[in-house]
Amino acid sequence: MFNIFRGGIHLPGDKRTKNAVIEIMPHPKRVYIHFLQHIGNPASPLVKKGDIVKTGTKIAESNGYMSVPVHSSISGRVTAITNHPHPTLGLAHCCVIESTNSEEWEDVVKERQDYENLTKEELISLIREAGLVGMGGAVFPTHVKLSPPPGKTIDTLIINGCESEPMLTGDYRLMLEYPTGIVEGAHIFQKILDARKLIIVIEDNKLDVAEVLKKEGIEIKILKTKYPQGAEKQLIKAVLNREVPRDGLPMDVGCVVQNVATCYAGFQAVRFKKPLIERVVTVAGSGIKESKNLLVRIGTPVIDIINFCSGYTTQPIKIIFGGPMMGTAQYSEDVPVVKGTSGIIVLSHVREEKERPCVRCSHCVDVCPMGLMPCEIYKFIVYKKFESAYNYGLLDCIECGCCGYVCISKIPLVHHFKYGKSEGQRIK
Amino acid sequence: MKELLIVSAPPHIRAKMSIDWTIRLVIIALIPTFIFSIYLFGWRVLIVVLLSIASSVGCEVVMERLMGRKITITDGSAVLTGLLLAFNLPPLIPFWMPIVGSAFAIIVAKQLFGGLGYNFINPALAGRAFLMASWPSFMTTGWVSPTSGTLSGIDTITSATPLTLLKYPAIFGDPKIIINHLNQPAAIKNLFFGKVGGCIGETSALLLLIGGVFLIIIGIIDYRIVVGYLGSFVILVSILPTKGHLLFHLFAGGLFLGTFFMATDWVTSPVTKMGRWIFGVGCGILTVIIRTWGGYPEGVCYAILLMNVFTPLIDYLTKERIFGNHVAKEGR
Repeated sequence: MFNIFRGGIHLPGDKRTKNAVIEIMPHPKRVYIHFLQHIGNPASPLVKKGDIVKTGTKIAESNGYMSVPVHSSISGRVTAITNHPHPTLGLAHCCVIESTNSEEWEDVVKERQDYENLTKEELISLIREAGLVGMGGAVFPTHVKLSPPPGKTIDTLIINGCESEPMLTGDYRLMLEYPTGIVEGAHIFQKILDARKLIIVIEDNKLDVAEVLKKEGIEIKILKTKYPQGAEKQLIKAVLNREVPRDGLPMDVGCVVQNVATCYAGFQAVRFKKPLIERVVTVAGSGIKESKNLLVRIGTPVIDIINFCSGYTTQPIKIIFGGPMMGTAQYSEDVPVVKGTSGIIVLSHVREEKERPCVRCSHCVDVCPMGLMPCEIYKFIVYKKFESAYNYGLLDCIECGCCGYVCISKIPLVHHFKYGKSEGQRIK
Repeated sequence: MKELLIVSAPPHIRAKMSIDWTIRLVIIALIPTFIFSIYLFGWRVLIVVLLSIASSVGCEVVMERLMGRKITITDGSAVLTGLLLAFNLPPLIPFWMPIVGSAFAIIVAKQLFGGLGYNFINPALAGRAFLMASWPSFMTTGWVSPTSGTLSGIDTITSATPLTLLKYPAIFGDPKIIINHLNQPAAIKNLFFGKVGGCIGETSALLLLIGGVFLIIIGIIDYRIVVGYLGSFVILVSILPTKGHLLFHLFAGGLFLGTFFMATDWVTSPVTKMGRWIFGVGCGILTVIIRTWGGYPEGVCYAILLMNVFTPLIDYLTKERIFGNHVAKEGR
């Protein structure tokens, strides 16, 4: 078969936390739980200052179809509903919960044996009530992805275990340590979608995972390691040789892609009625004393996590939420973990690089997995010709960062594209 | 936390390769040819090259000062332009000519159009074309016969380059004998190793080939332009009734220097993959046309310059296909 997508780059994996077993981080003294942790409308608060909440209590209700509820991740008292730094949105509305040291779970959270008899609708509502979103970083509400509009048939469900970002190993550890939950979750998704085929995809740098998953009796596809393999459209192209149309979604070509962490959360949501209140986060980078894979409660401020990892090595220069290729640099140590935080990368040094004019070396054109011409689009944006930038496909850019990585003139291309997208939108 | 964190857009890691390094590597790839040329034509070559580089770097500084730009001579691009221009000059050229040529290359072809990255034609070739148009007699004489093969090069004999001999054999004697002589295996062997008269940096096909292949392997120059150029050249020379042997045409003149080091100039060649094929093939066709029917014995310089001018058009017409474009929304 084909098994490749166009463009892309071979990155140093730098997966030093590969052997770090997922550690459960004790729940923090205080959590900051944002109401907007997904793509869509922010959830509407259900609690007010002074309310007592248990672990798993719903503290905000979904607001419309493109929205999911938010739950308390610890037991304690709501001390404020206020604005607080958000990993990707600047200041945003959040709920501050002060811990009461003892952990008390919400009553509904308990194991059920009969989940195999549930109907599709019941399963979807369980997933939605648990506040599930795509945990690979895109934070798209899972229930929306699992409900294709009438007329669209899904024949293949792809489970994304590529984790092609350097340094991140959370998905890898999850597959190694909790394969049963992931496969169980995948089967639940498959049942909802009525998909004929279920394939779990990994890269060939995680062959030990393939051994483990094989025992679970699931079809495994091993792809050659290449970034950005984990990007939805590229993954579908590599696995099924289907090309998602420009303005379309994976469901237009009959497939749905779910991340392994989402599958695991889906399994917990259905089997235990457990809402999404914790996730695996890789903590790594030159600036952190002990690199770890941690199971962290949503809302934990990053400084608590850093202290749990024995603190900084030296003065940190950058704190990145997500991976080094697509993650967001943070300005504050108070930023909390949200549902889409796959990693926390602390860098103690960055190479100083002067920006030079573009010399049209064409490396960016060669590596762009979307078939764009980053060097041309960048010039249009600099000269504020947004119309031309759009015509050259600016909005197709997935911001994977390949162009910026290879640029020999050290031009921050993704920065320009982000600006071009927002500015162009504003003018329209 | 005492100091503030840096907030910047991703990616937060970058490849190590930079402009400075790529230009240095290109210069390194040219050094064997340079040393061989000194061996072949004598110390005079060194002076011509140094004058050309000095003029090029000097003009860059002056122009950047005048135009209020940052001084960027440390990136090495001016050095490379000076070096490449000198490589395109005859060894016995008057010393003022490399100075004037480099000045034109940097001032007019490069800085007036915006400096590094903005020139629309290759500056070194523009400098050569300027000298060729202004002082053709100096540019077409001043050849050194490398028969002595010593470092001294005092024992200089002016003779025509192989390509001139092929083009105008009647001037130098019996055309039949001359052409026959040029196509001898021994003569072609000399062409390949570079023991022939010609411009400073164009004689040794072997050393240029080594430098060029080195640059392709480390990913600095694109094989598409090279293969397109040499491929179309070989095909055309084979099918057209030319006087010279195929290998003679391949190794004579500035074909290898032009293919590996000037046609592949990033700034003035297309960025799309298809565009680079078209660019290379276009260069090959034009070179053969000029050599066969044109007024000059050599066609590499003008072929590349012409294709440079077409580069924006080629880029526009060969845009890469955007992922998912022309795929029906419903279909597979």
